[in-house]
Amino acid sequence: MTRDDEFRQTFKIKGRDFSHAGGVSTEIKEILQEIGIPTQLIRRVAIASYEAEMNVVMYAQQGKLILSINPETIQIEVEDKGQGIKDIELAMQEGYSTATEEMREMGFGAGMGLPNIKKNSHVFLITSTPGVGTYLKMIFYLDHEKAS
Amino acid sequence: MTDYFHTIRIDPAKCQGRMSCLRVCPTQAIRVRGGKARMLEDRCIDCGECITACKSGAILPLTDPVGELTKFRYTIAIPTPALYAQFGQDILPGKILSGLRRLGFDDAFDLAHTCGEVSFVIQEYLKENKGPRPIISNVCPTIVRLIQVKYPSLVEHVTPIDIPREIAGREIKKKKAKQLGLKEKEIGAFYITPCPVKMLSIKQPAEKGKSHLDGAISISDIYGPLLSAMETLDKTEENNSLENICLLGLGWAIAGGIRRTLKLKNSLAVSGITEIIKVFEDIERGKLKHIDFIEAYSCPQGCVGGSLTVENLYISYNKILQLLETLELEKVKACPDIVEIRKRYRSGYYFIEGKLKPRPLKPLYEDLSTAIQKKKEKEKIYNLLPQIDCGVCGSPTCQAFAEDVVRGEANLTDCFALVPEKFKELSQELIKLLNKTAQSFSKSPLGSKSSSSRKKGGQ
Repeated sequence: MTRDDEFRQTFKIKGRDFSHAGGVSTEIKEILQEIGIPTQLIRRVAIASYEAEMNVVMYAQQGKLILSINPETIQIEVEDKGQGIKDIELAMQEGYSTATEEMREMGFGAGMGLPNIKKNSHVFLITSTPGVGTYLKMIFYLDHEKAS
Repeated sequence: MTDYFHTIRIDPAKCQGRMSCLRVCPTQAIRVRGGKARMLEDRCIDCGECITACKSGAILPLTDPVGELTKFRYTIAIPTPALYAQFGQDILPGKILSGLRRLGFDDAFDLAHTCGEVSFVIQEYLKENKGPRPIISNVCPTIVRLIQVKYPSLVEHVTPIDIPREIAGREIKKKKAKQLGLKEKEIGAFYITPCPVKMLSIKQPAEKGKSHLDGAISISDIYGPLLSAMETLDKTEENNSLENICLLGLGWAIAGGIRRTLKLKNSLAVSGITEIIKVFEDIERGKLKHIDFIEAYSCPQGCVGGSLTVENLYISYNKILQLLETLELEKVKACPDIVEIRKRYRSGYYFIEGKLKPRPLKPLYEDLSTAIQKKKEKEKIYNLLPQIDCGVCGSPTCQAFAEDVVRGEANLTDCFALVPEKFKELSQELIKLLNKTAQSFSKSPLGSKSSSSRKKGGQ
């Protein structure tokens, strides 16, 4: 399935594991640095993947993240098993959050997660089934960066 | 390969390849090859962790010997405010400066005064600058280099205000040259340093072409002579006081000092590379936008924790705190005039001459497609490895080793855990060889003897 010119890696994310939260996005950042992706694009991917990872940690039991890099694009897919999102349109609004008091105390739940992912990626797709889980996909174009 | 200058030297004659340095290096800049430690120059940020870790004394900091002073017609000592914390409670900054003059410097300049100026400047900059938050202090050259190498996207967060010791060097040379009718180059400005990395920032500033300072002398080298010099001062010349010492500037000796003396609410003071890395990760994730200012020092507790200091860092930290408390009661008399500072600030007086540029680590390959292939190769190699980061191969982790193999800088056979595999292969060949020999033996009397013994067993 993987293209010959593509690097692909899958990461597991554990729900409620706050002590390791953020580790996957740090690993992704290191991989992008190794491959030589431009600094500013790495920053965007780092922010978006961190938000996606934290969503799994906060709202799901478990999830996985698949990173694929080819010479044209960086793609990140995140799939989780968890409570899902009832109203995606509402969740996409800045400032909307279903985070608990406890999460807010830890500095999360500002309602910027999904909007931040959308803002930082070039293509963003999300589907969710309440009670089952959420799937999201983000694409970053390498050329897009050069052009802008 | 690169032209980075470093203030850390590894002496191969003394190095016993004991690998302590390999494990403590925060940027994985050390490899042990052929039993000797070697530095990867583009990765090193001169933090000095390896100097402390080396049990063989093979890693040495580079500072100037006191002898450098003779090259100049007039010399000025500019001590780090951390020097004020190196002596007992009763020895105050005024006396330490007098001691430096007695020691042979033509003058000693109180750097805390310029630090205080720059504290005000930071306050102005924080009010005015609407750029990315948080703004990161550039006082610690190791941190600046850490950002250039490992967090290149944070370069734009680093304050563009010049470091106090540089401003002090520049201004005092100008002033003295005029006063004494000398050329600026005839005046030597020497920084008394708590750490080797400040030497580096003098030899090769991260931002601009040339430093205004002429060298750095370590606190540990000057400590003994300075102590004796202070003993020879008589009452009239010792000036043992806190008079003229700026509270804001004194704060620069410890982590959190700038924050405390400026009463900055939304700011953090962080020290120690491991802790700083956590904070920088959070900034890159966009988590700390509500923080205005970060004071970051690679040494624990700030400059008082520098590797070239003498006093126990907690004792010296405490002494600075006590001095601050005393001065706080006296309500900041000796600090520079803020109106004057604002005027100079607008004229660009405080800003760094050059621009800080990122220095990201080189990717696996220049061309993206090839880099992706190399990354795949690296993962394949990594999967063959035991993934226990033992370091026996001479690379700090299995990941780093896989990368070294892909780059052609190490051989897969250097991995200690792959040796049993090799041994199995070899031993299988050996068995084959033995079997062959055994067959040829079976025709010999030895062979018939063994077959007869088997018969015996069957009876």
